[in-house]
Amino acid sequence: MSDVSLTVNGRRVSGTAEDRTLLVHFLREHLGLTGTHVGCDTSQCGACVVHVDGRAVKSCTMLAVQASGSTIVTIEGLANGGDLHPVQAAFKEHHGLQCGFCTPGMIMAATDMIARYPEGLDEATVRAELDGNICRCTGYHNIVKAILAASQAMAKGAKGKARQAA
Amino acid sequence: MGIEGVGARVARKEDKRFITGGGRYVDDMVVPGMKHAVFVRSPHAHAQIKKIDVRQAQAMPGVVGVLTGKELKADGIGNLICGWMIHSKDGTPMKMGAWSPLAVDKVRYVGDAVVIVIADTKGQARDAAEAVEITYKELKAVVEATKALEKGAPQVHAEAENNLIFDWELGDGKATDAAIKSAAHVTRMKIVNNRLVPNAMEPRAALGHYDKAEDHYTCWTTSQNPHVARLVLSAFYNVAPENKLRVIAPDVGGGFGSKIYIYPEEIVCLWASKKTGVPVKWVADRTESFLADAHGRDHVSTVEMAFDKDNRITGLKVDTIANLGAYMSLFSSCVPTYLYATLLSGQYDIPAIHANVRTVYTNTAPVDAYRGAGRPEATYVLERMMETAARELGVSPAELRRKNFIASFPHQTPVIMNYDAGDYAASLDAAMKAADYAGFAKRKADAAKRGKLRGIGMSCYIEACGLAPSAAVGSLGAGVGLWESAEVRVNAVGTIEVLTGSHSHGQGHETTFAQLVTQRFGVPLDSVSIVHGDTDKVQMSMGTYGSRSGAVGMSAVAKALDKVEAKAKKIAAHLLEADEGDIVIENGEVKVAGTDKSLPWFQVALASYTAHNLPAGMEPGLKETAFYDPSNFTFPAGCYICEVEIDPETGLTEIIQFVAADDFGNIINPMIVEGQVHGGIAQGVGQALLEGAHYDASGQLLTASYMDYTMPRAADLPLFKVSTSNTPCPGNPLGVKGCGEAGAIGSPPAVINAITDALGVVDIAMPASPSTVWSAIHAKKH
Repeated sequence: MSDVSLTVNGRRVSGTAEDRTLLVHFLREHLGLTGTHVGCDTSQCGACVVHVDGRAVKSCTMLAVQASGSTIVTIEGLANGGDLHPVQAAFKEHHGLQCGFCTPGMIMAATDMIARYPEGLDEATVRAELDGNICRCTGYHNIVKAILAASQAMAKGAKGKARQAA
Repeated sequence: MGIEGVGARVARKEDKRFITGGGRYVDDMVVPGMKHAVFVRSPHAHAQIKKIDVRQAQAMPGVVGVLTGKELKADGIGNLICGWMIHSKDGTPMKMGAWSPLAVDKVRYVGDAVVIVIADTKGQARDAAEAVEITYKELKAVVEATKALEKGAPQVHAEAENNLIFDWELGDGKATDAAIKSAAHVTRMKIVNNRLVPNAMEPRAALGHYDKAEDHYTCWTTSQNPHVARLVLSAFYNVAPENKLRVIAPDVGGGFGSKIYIYPEEIVCLWASKKTGVPVKWVADRTESFLADAHGRDHVSTVEMAFDKDNRITGLKVDTIANLGAYMSLFSSCVPTYLYATLLSGQYDIPAIHANVRTVYTNTAPVDAYRGAGRPEATYVLERMMETAARELGVSPAELRRKNFIASFPHQTPVIMNYDAGDYAASLDAAMKAADYAGFAKRKADAAKRGKLRGIGMSCYIEACGLAPSAAVGSLGAGVGLWESAEVRVNAVGTIEVLTGSHSHGQGHETTFAQLVTQRFGVPLDSVSIVHGDTDKVQMSMGTYGSRSGAVGMSAVAKALDKVEAKAKKIAAHLLEADEGDIVIENGEVKVAGTDKSLPWFQVALASYTAHNLPAGMEPGLKETAFYDPSNFTFPAGCYICEVEIDPETGLTEIIQFVAADDFGNIINPMIVEGQVHGGIAQGVGQALLEGAHYDASGQLLTASYMDYTMPRAADLPLFKVSTSNTPCPGNPLGVKGCGEAGAIGSPPAVINAITDALGVVDIAMPASPSTVWSAIHAKKH
């Protein structure tokens, strides 16, 4: 057994877990954050993507004990106290989800993607970047549209803020 | 149409919980005292069980119970059944072999469940499962249906000699043979429809909880039809009587058919909960899903299509062998029969059709309905034949189809179905226009200059949805009726709850069903809630499959709304001292037409519950129930066009454009309908280009993870060009036809027709992976 201390969605949490406990299981079973899902055993599907120290990580590829000391954001904390993060809002507006199971991982991966492309995204880049996330319902059509729209909305928002600051 | 009513592109009410991590799936459920189960599964495709030794496993840390099939049988738990009786053409009933929820004497496929291990944590259960010692005597296995029928093939079940479950036929054999004999041209093909794994992103799961004090069971399960689950668990598997069993299907992460059936795991978790005294939760690993979810398709067909000298189809003869795997799953028998052969007329006026279908046991996972279920197989047969015929006859594939289209309705086909409405030429024209079909030759020439091979292919599909008139399916062997029920409860403050048997697992019912209510009464969408997926809340119902939630489920809601509306009008007429016939309900007001007299909607609701001043003899309350049994199937149809570009150096196929022109009848929410089409096309393109379940000769599944089974990913697909036309369905009150399966039905032949066009070959196997395409290019060269 190992001690695990994390900051999750802005809250400091700690617990004890079997050494083999994966981060995703720690989040789901120890912290009750069931928005992060497990869709496969081979780190292919991406339903478990969370942000670890600001980067998108498949939480099924990381032991909880490895993550100890990290700052983690899950789908539950993405809006950071607001109603919806712009990516969440775009998924709703563009019907980027159906059964909802892959959705948390998609949104967390998309948020990270948008942050890594501050100059903006095009369709081909979004599709290539989604290689690690599988959706069986949407054919990706509306997911791609949602991510492109969110990217644009967030760029506009950032420009607005920059102007205000100047 | 209002901004939230029927036809409006309303964003989904259910999305909030899914995008914020608030969805509640079976794996998210926690019950006090809950323990975790792991199944020990057969590593062999075919073997006798000689000995099971659980002693070491029982002594492992955290273990609560290790249970076997012998104990399960001793407690009277029944075998799994197939609920649709098919008779062979000689009149004998199908030969159903026994399927015990936990194998007792013999295992018949890799993944067959043998022992359940229950422990404090899943990790402990997994460790203990490793310590269960099972001694097997391996037997020879057979995985291909055609080989299973050969003399001397390994026998999967004693009940089915030569592994033949039934040998069934439909249509007029003599007339069809005569048409082929006198034909000006006959096109002949062997057509293989590859085996697929449905792969809903949420793995199957079950949580069984036996409450000793109440002598009552609760089962949370990943089901598309919780009431059917309860019925079967009670009536056939002897788990508990219906009144002592509650089945809850909460948020379910996709189904595509694979979550219709009641599998061994639900039965075993419920039984094991009573046996061990703890709630038992099982969640499948992805590899378990690959091994033990019902697979789809897996047909081999020999087909002959006859034409007269004017290129009109005069006959179609189909001989199909369908692999049903190691056991007959719940609806496995109807998929290659009444959901397949009845659609072999397609969109065409064919005077004579004969289909012969043999279903076969093999040492592979059970095969049952997967998105489309029989209709994709029928469409693939027909649309590959039409393409090949056009090439052989030297005519345009579009014009050969157009010439043979059924043009007047109703149309009785020679294979049971009576098409009620449609306009096939309209879909064909729309698709050809959207795809710039006329400009293809130039695009092909341009691609050739770049060293690329371009091809275009089309597919004109029809399907039968809205399953289905109960008397009709009953006469064909179904063990259940296929009506749907609904209950509309208007609360005293005017808000409305709709309880429906249609289960939503991605389809967006919480929005579309509410739009129906908003349309009717003009109340805000937000004041309407949809309740589903719980046998304690919703009355007996039949669930979601076969694109039936709109045509059947919503029609039941519409019928219940009729009754609520009628009663509300009576109350309002009484209160407003007006004639009942003059009352109209719109924009949330109940009015006397042509006057300024009106009541807000909530006041009528309130009046029904205060009951201080109701018409004489009227019962209080505003709540109505309806059961709707359709009078016919519905017949969505459309035309799909796929354009591909192939790199001859690598064999990689890129989809340049994919056009879908569908006729779904009236549409409740176009945004949701388009989403259904997108997803269906992706699954169909997956079948054509990427997906295939492969067993080796010994029965080991080679494609049992996402490392090996190629799921369509974002970069494999383009943006789709979708559109709809509308010939309203005359068979139901809403005029809707159903849109859930069309994409998966219509798309595979369009893709393969495009690839074979690009390569200049007659046929190519699905999935047309780069290596398959590259080999085809090089086989042609040599």
